[in-house]
Amino acid sequence: MSPVPVIYMRKLRVIIAKPGLDGHDRGAKVIARALRDAGMEVIYTGLRQTPEQIVSAALQEDADVIGLSILSGAHNHIAPRLMQLLNEKGLADVLVVIGGIIPDVDVPRLKDIGVKGIFLPGTPMQEIIDFINANARTKSEV
Amino acid sequence: MKTVAASGKERWQHETLEPALKKSPERAAEFTTISGRPIDRLYTAEDIAGLDYARDVANPGEFPYTRGIHPTGYRGKLWTMRQFAGFGTPEETNQRYKTLLAAGGTGLSVAFDLPTLMGRDPDHELSLGEVGKCGVNVTSLADMETLFDGIRLADITTSMTINSPAAMIFAMYLVVAEKQGADWKKISGTIQNDILKEFIAQKEYIFPPRPSMRIITDIFGFCAEEAPKWNTISVSGYHIREAGATALQELAFTLRDGLEYVQWGVDAGLDVDRFVPQISFFFNAHSDFFEEVAKYRAARSLWAHAMRDRFGARSERSWKLRFHSQTAGVSLTAQQPYNNVVRTALQALAAVLGGTNSLHTNSLDEALALPTAEAATLALRTQQIIAHESGVANVVDPLGGSYFVEKLTGDMEDGAQAYFEQIDKMGGMVEAIERGFPQKEIAESAYRFQQAVERRDRIIVGVNDFVQPDEPPIEILYIDESAGEKQLAKLEALRRTRNNDAVLRALDGLRAAARTTDNLMPPILDAVRAYATVGEMCDALREVWGEYEEVPVI
Repeated sequence: MSPVPVIYMRKLRVIIAKPGLDGHDRGAKVIARALRDAGMEVIYTGLRQTPEQIVSAALQEDADVIGLSILSGAHNHIAPRLMQLLNEKGLADVLVVIGGIIPDVDVPRLKDIGVKGIFLPGTPMQEIIDFINANARTKSEV
Repeated sequence: MKTVAASGKERWQHETLEPALKKSPERAAEFTTISGRPIDRLYTAEDIAGLDYARDVANPGEFPYTRGIHPTGYRGKLWTMRQFAGFGTPEETNQRYKTLLAAGGTGLSVAFDLPTLMGRDPDHELSLGEVGKCGVNVTSLADMETLFDGIRLADITTSMTINSPAAMIFAMYLVVAEKQGADWKKISGTIQNDILKEFIAQKEYIFPPRPSMRIITDIFGFCAEEAPKWNTISVSGYHIREAGATALQELAFTLRDGLEYVQWGVDAGLDVDRFVPQISFFFNAHSDFFEEVAKYRAARSLWAHAMRDRFGARSERSWKLRFHSQTAGVSLTAQQPYNNVVRTALQALAAVLGGTNSLHTNSLDEALALPTAEAATLALRTQQIIAHESGVANVVDPLGGSYFVEKLTGDMEDGAQAYFEQIDKMGGMVEAIERGFPQKEIAESAYRFQQAVERRDRIIVGVNDFVQPDEPPIEILYIDESAGEKQLAKLEALRRTRNNDAVLRALDGLRAAARTTDNLMPPILDAVRAYATVGEMCDALREVWGEYEEVPVI
């Protein structure tokens, strides 16, 4: 008889963060709730988080996923800094996704530095849930 | 035996409707507005049987102003076409303003960037990547001088969307006006200055609620004396709605915010009829046409009653609610962006039929970026077509008397009153905010709406139905990093060339005044004249009052 395979399964842990100075948090809050309703454990950081604070929260919470909500156009500054810090802390396997207003021309640049998912206005929540379930390092138990 | 009602609705239901329904059922079991309010299939005289026209609606220009504050509606003067604009450096935005004025715009409306809105200079850590992105960066008086270069402030009215640092930006505007030789007593415009909706919805707060409210009452007091034509506050439902509120929540929370400001003004010893006429409002113009029209009509009546009956205002100018409106940014789609022109036109029409006093129409590309000059011009043209071609501006309140619109207006008033009572019981809006009450209500509505979209109970054309694959991209305005670099360089030069001793003295004066109950406008004007920056002035107050941090609710 072959041994029973051990598969590490627990709830996915997701940090939803709003970096920068912008306070428009409707999207961040709606997606946080949708991910929670989809069975994930969601930690919403609140507003005006620096990349340092977000990475430190990810470390502390053992997060599998970081979701950034950025509408203000500051993504070209925030995302590279965040990715650099994740690499430095050995968190390169944390899935990073961004939702918000991102001009087309910036998308390849963000993908190049390791942002896996970029979700523009009008994206169905289910699409984001499916993407996270398919790409996060921990396989979801749901 | 039942009484037969005037319109014979019961007979109609029995004889005409029921057989028709048997043959062909309706499209849905229930019809609701975009806010989730159930809507009947037909409204008749029975639905407004309790309405007393003279008491509850009245002719335009008469209490409670449901049909409008002007007896002649738009036959005397059209609404002000005021397009919100700002991006990059003050130099770039100054050019855009000149374009808008040349295209027939009748007022300016300044969009500031996030560092300015949050009271941070371009060299602050959190300003990284944000300078000039969502609006124009104004760091000091020098930038304000550039922003209005070649534009005579005595001849135009300017609206400035600024809240936490409103006193500083307003002081800069006053000093520019003074340098142009304009009389403060005659200049007119608006500062948004509505901090309560920042705590509730948009979250651009700096200081805790109570000192924030004190700045506002200081501005009321200052303007009543020094700038009597200035609108000291634009009590805003726009952002509350954009954050996900229903039409009723927008109406109720905004009006209740208005009552809170009046209460604080009264508590600060001001005479209602001296400062209330300088309060104006700002509502969203959303997609559900009749619900929006009813919302504006209800707002006028609610305000008139509250000012007269709750605060004992005797001046008609205190009773009349004046408002700006803006089409719903949140309704714009990134998909098939040209559809947004149609959405915006319908929303603008609702605002006009609701009697808006000024209007901003969004541009078709705003789900993607700040608008291009072409898109902004088309948005202005949309208003001009409504004003000059549709004929709707020829008659006052053309929807007045519609069974449906009157019923909906009355229902909105009742619903708002119920919210007022709930918030009054909590001790007022500041207390309600501290408990997270409006925040939770809005988050709940936002989530419910999103679920309805996901289930396709709500159709958004081009997004969850009538989707078009492989859309060609449209030309958008791309804001590069150059504004940040230019503003940083200007800030460094300013710090080298200004009299820094005078700046420090002025900032000390501001800190000292913040510790007393003295009006803060004079020390802020001193600091502005010395070319202190927005960040430096806000930091001085942060030292005294601290910063607000919210407990996030999801």
